Amino acid sequence: MQTLRQTGWMVIRQLRNLSRQPIWVVMMVVQPMIWLVLYGQLFSKVPALSGGSGPYVEFLAPGIICMNAFFGGMWSGMGMITDLDRKVIDRFLAAPASRLAIVLSQVVRAGITAMIQTLILLIVGLALGVRVHGGALGWLVVFVAAFLLASAFAGFSNGLALIFRRPESMIATANMVGLPLMFLSTILVTFAAIPGWIQAITRINPVNWGVVAARTAVIAGNDWASVAGHLGLLLAAMAATSLFATWCFRSYQRSI
Amino acid sequence: MDAIVAEDLHKRYKDVQALDGVSFSVREGEAFALLGPNGAGKSTTVRVLTTLTQPDSGRAFVAGEDVAAHPDLVRNKIGYVAQDSGVDWDATGRENLLLQGRIHRMAGKPLHARVDELLELVGLSDAADRVARGYSGGMKRRLDVAIGLVHQPSVLFLDEPTTGLDPEARATMWVEVERLAKELNLTILLTTHYLEEADRLAERVAIVSRGRIVVEGTPEELKRNLQGESVSVELNEANGRLTDAERIVEGISGSVHVEGNVVRARVPNGAQAIPVILGALDDAGIAVAAVTTSRPSLDDVYLHYTGRDFASEDEAGR
Ligand SMILES: Nc1ncnc2c1ncn2[C@@H]1O[C@H](COP(=O)(O)OP(=O)(O)OP(=O)(O)O)[C@@H](O)[C@H]1O
Ligand SMILES: [Mg+2]
Repeated sequence: MQTLRQTGWMVIRQLRNLSRQPIWVVMMVVQPMIWLVLYGQLFSKVPALSGGSGPYVEFLAPGIICMNAFFGGMWSGMGMITDLDRKVIDRFLAAPASRLAIVLSQVVRAGITAMIQTLILLIVGLALGVRVHGGALGWLVVFVAAFLLASAFAGFSNGLALIFRRPESMIATANMVGLPLMFLSTILVTFAAIPGWIQAITRINPVNWGVVAARTAVIAGNDWASVAGHLGLLLAAMAATSLFATWCFRSYQRSI
Repeated sequence: MDAIVAEDLHKRYKDVQALDGVSFSVREGEAFALLGPNGAGKSTTVRVLTTLTQPDSGRAFVAGEDVAAHPDLVRNKIGYVAQDSGVDWDATGRENLLLQGRIHRMAGKPLHARVDELLELVGLSDAADRVARGYSGGMKRRLDVAIGLVHQPSVLFLDEPTTGLDPEARATMWVEVERLAKELNLTILLTTHYLEEADRLAERVAIVSRGRIVVEGTPEELKRNLQGESVSVELNEANGRLTDAERIVEGISGSVHVEGNVVRARVPNGAQAIPVILGALDDAGIAVAAVTTSRPSLDDVYLHYTGRDFASEDEAGR
């Protein structure tokens, strides 16, 4: 209970602090739009990528939404590093702040940011001809997928932040892990277009769980069982990575 | 009753023995200073006592609770002002205080009233709703102190509260800490590099050097235990004659310390010793630029107990 209450106040702190950085706000809004428009144009003449049916942008939109959520989560540990550097974390730890709440606040913040970006992307997507065939439930699924995807990787990222405590190591690791995970997913290409041995990896790639759920909701609007299954997997991943990050406080506290 | 007890604390970081058997205790309501140069182990001691880090061995009790066994109980009762400010730069002073209060389970009207009261106390009422990024060093430091006091702790840890402040801001901070100690009946553990600060703010002082406490007592006791006075002779040209001068003064006083081209000696009576010393130096043809005599300061206490000069030790530690 105390943990939830603290999480809430710490999320408010982070969103408020971020909203005070105009550059961050602009980046948050503009960057995903650039991805959607650029990739939409770049690959629009390659029908094989999306399996051919429907406009490519409709195939791409849920992919970009997930890519965006995934990277947002991957980078969220930078916030933790800033707080470590500024000794805000030390101050919280010497007070009765829950370690889980400190982690969850980053995780939930990353999820909320991803949902805001998702809203922007869906609106731009509508203008470009995307239709969410799953209806209201479809919309909801897309938001939940974005939230869970960002949160799951935010937990991982914050764990790394507590272990490395340096932006350079974080950036290197985020790139080393992030880019392959992105390309080993169906963000840009349909599952059928991926070589067999990579398909096996794609299937267990959490990024892809989000993509499958969001894309099913947008394009097909059926197979809710598969959607629920993939969202459930993401929820489990979020819980696991949040606990991992909380555990990483030990590593941090041993170092001070 | 003792508000803080440290028993034989040891802590090692890779190749540094940061704490090498630190033991001391602080009575309830007392202001106690850990005085020492860079790297002495002051902050490490404070981090152990505030539950941030665990010692390799030894025990500690704060506000009656065992730090290792019940860290959460300790955290409820302490305020911690770290050496490096813990202010959230992107939040206002008020927001910083409100969040800290909420972490301490405070809420609603009482919390807001408490925050107003603290902002007033540390003189930040006018700046309360400005983002802390724009605060001066002194303002950030005062906000740090206010943050440490939100929940009315019984023990306050101040790790170098005035390092990096200009003399004016330092004087303001001293007045504030003195007032807190008096009005709130707080137990205060203060760490400092400044002999002057320890002398002024603390009822008792422990000198820390290389992870150990070398001596402990009231500033008066420490100074009284040093008999006599300190005489400093500054030589005109140190060139080649410094060792001669040191040898000559040593012959007269016995306890001599050289620093730059100043020879410092401890003598029972300055007025009697000075003519003798000057005469001897003159006979040897060593020119003297200035002579001063002083009652023992904590500086001398530090020198006496560690065999090292405080200022140079501090440089070396950096
Ligand atoms: N997190 C750490 N990792 C490695 N070594 C550390 C760490 N913290 C302190 N040390 C080392 O332990 C020793 C004691 O450090 P500590 O910070 O306690 O000294 P201090 O008395 O507070 O010094 P200062 O006046 O510079 O703040 C130093 O040699 C320091 O380099
Ligand atoms: Mg220190």
